[in-house]
Amino acid sequence: MTINHYIFLSVALFCIGIIGVLTRRNMIVIFMCVELMLNAVNLLLVAFSKMHFLSASAFDAASKAGTDAQLFVFFVMVVAAAEVSVGLAIIVMMYRNTHSVDVNFLNRLKH
Amino acid sequence: MVQLFDFISIGTLNIPFAFQVDQLSAIFMLIITGVGFLIHVYSTSYMHEEASDQYARYFSFLNLFVFSMLLLVLGANYLIMFIGWEGVGLCSYLLIGYWYKNKDFSTAGRKAFVMNRIGDFGFLLAVFWMIQHFGSLNFGDVLGKAAGMPLNDKVLVGITLLLFLGAVGKSAQIPLYTWLPDAMAGPTPVSALIHAATMVTAGIYMIARSNILYTLAPVTQGVVAAIGLATAIFAASIALKQNDIKKVLAYSTVSQLGYMFLGLGVGAYTGAVFHVMTHAFFKALLFLGAGSVIHAMHHEQDIRKMGGLKKQLPVTHWTFLVACLAIAGIPPLSGFFSKDEILSATFSVNKIYWVIGVLGAVLTAFYMFRLYATTFLGKFRGTEEQERHLHESPRAMTVPLVVLAILSAVAGFIGIPAVLGGTHQLENFLSPVFAGSVALQHAAHPDHTTEYLLMGISAGLSVLVLLYAITRFSKKPDMDSPGGLGKLLENKWYVDELYDMIVVKPLHRVSVLLNNVAEKMGIDGVVNGVGKFVSYGSRQLRLLQNGQVGVYILIMVAALLILFIIQLFVL
Repeated sequence: MTINHYIFLSVALFCIGIIGVLTRRNMIVIFMCVELMLNAVNLLLVAFSKMHFLSASAFDAASKAGTDAQLFVFFVMVVAAAEVSVGLAIIVMMYRNTHSVDVNFLNRLKH
Repeated sequence: MVQLFDFISIGTLNIPFAFQVDQLSAIFMLIITGVGFLIHVYSTSYMHEEASDQYARYFSFLNLFVFSMLLLVLGANYLIMFIGWEGVGLCSYLLIGYWYKNKDFSTAGRKAFVMNRIGDFGFLLAVFWMIQHFGSLNFGDVLGKAAGMPLNDKVLVGITLLLFLGAVGKSAQIPLYTWLPDAMAGPTPVSALIHAATMVTAGIYMIARSNILYTLAPVTQGVVAAIGLATAIFAASIALKQNDIKKVLAYSTVSQLGYMFLGLGVGAYTGAVFHVMTHAFFKALLFLGAGSVIHAMHHEQDIRKMGGLKKQLPVTHWTFLVACLAIAGIPPLSGFFSKDEILSATFSVNKIYWVIGVLGAVLTAFYMFRLYATTFLGKFRGTEEQERHLHESPRAMTVPLVVLAILSAVAGFIGIPAVLGGTHQLENFLSPVFAGSVALQHAAHPDHTTEYLLMGISAGLSVLVLLYAITRFSKKPDMDSPGGLGKLLENKWYVDELYDMIVVKPLHRVSVLLNNVAEKMGIDGVVNGVGKFVSYGSRQLRLLQNGQVGVYILIMVAALLILFIIQLFVL
């Protein structure tokens, strides 16, 4: 599998995520779409990391190329986990207040 | 000469705040304070009907007027003179428009101010030119340096013409004389002050003060003489048909000022100053007398509704008669000597001018005695109500009248010419001031026989006309509106209408145009346009904030895409 396959998959996932965020009104679905985008990025990071490592280890067996990207993926996951906890808390609070998870319901700031 | 402090000091130009008293200033100071004092005394009684705050306002303006005039004649350089010059202009505006609630009166005040400004403009330019050419404004420096210049030097002619423009505005000569008759809108003592002691004599003083400049510029002298003569005869012709007692006096002032300028123009500086002095006495007397009549008639000013006031107003009548005789040039009253001095000087310069001058003098006698006969002789033509209330004015008004009458009668004796066996004390007194001009002029005096003849002609004609006017107007004053030439004269040759048409109306139209187009469309358009654009733009921008989270994100994504495209393809 060449790097192109990974890129296509990742871009497809990211686009699905964007379209989901733009078109859906259910807050939980939007939330999942955001996760989808984050993970599309993670996937791309890992794929490039692997690619760099392979090309570098061909000349130097002890190469550590690409490890920083893998570390970055962990970092993104941690942030995503934190975001999930905050986001879910917001959704729960919203449901308690409005008995709905429809984002368009939250337009009262404009008045 | 007293120097108080340095007023303006720039580079080599130094203008001190300095006063100077010499024979010329002394004469003017005596006239201003003397006549001014009598007018103040008179005013205390004349203005007693005013409310106390208005009364205070009146006297503060009156005193500011006298102050400005004294500043004008005391200044030791042209700048101090200019301060006083502007001061009297301001005070005339304030006093003419004293009854500011009447729109006509305040308009008359404004007219006086605007007309004066036109003249001031000339004065100011002359002052700048003097700074540029002589590097000083002190009378001593300027006149001293000018004395060494050749005849008809271009700079001198220019400066004198510009100064003369100032004098034309201030002293009401053609073409800027129309404000003076309108100045009648003010209280009568103010008219007396403006016409006799202050304001209009400022122009004469200024030219007499700069006499060397004028003597060295015969071109300007010619202009001065011609304008003076034209004004004298023109104003006299208008005065023939006026029916307002103060209007007649106003035009007679303009006419007499014309004589003074004629005197200045032909180099008879002493004669002009002499005439200023005698004129101050008899014109103040005439105005105060007219004020007394108006007071008695309860603010009626139309002479056609007067008549026969001789019995009820004896003091006013006699003093008025003295003033009329004096202004008509009947010997031995003061007007005869001063006018004759100007006319005989004119005769030695230009015979035609003399003929026109005598004609003007004859007209003066005619209109003054028409006024006198219509007002004081014949039968009373007012309402019965007015007749019952006719009364002689209180002492505060009659005493100044008597004092002025005595002065009008005897003031001429200080200037008896040599031909009549006098020594002309005034000329000797003023000779230091005019010495330079006299040395340059070597005017040929007409011989004694001619001079007797000239005096005889002018005085004799005046007496004849005077008698004719009395006989004609005491019985049957002209009550109807005249036709033909008379109508032209009654309407003042339509000069006001002419000015209105060629100056005021076009200016008015331009300002209306500017108001409608430039102001409303241009300036207002820009200001309102900015406001409208901002408020329209913000209304449109507000629509973006519609509260739909999806839309926000869509915009965000679109913006990101655009940034990517720019990043990848454009740069």
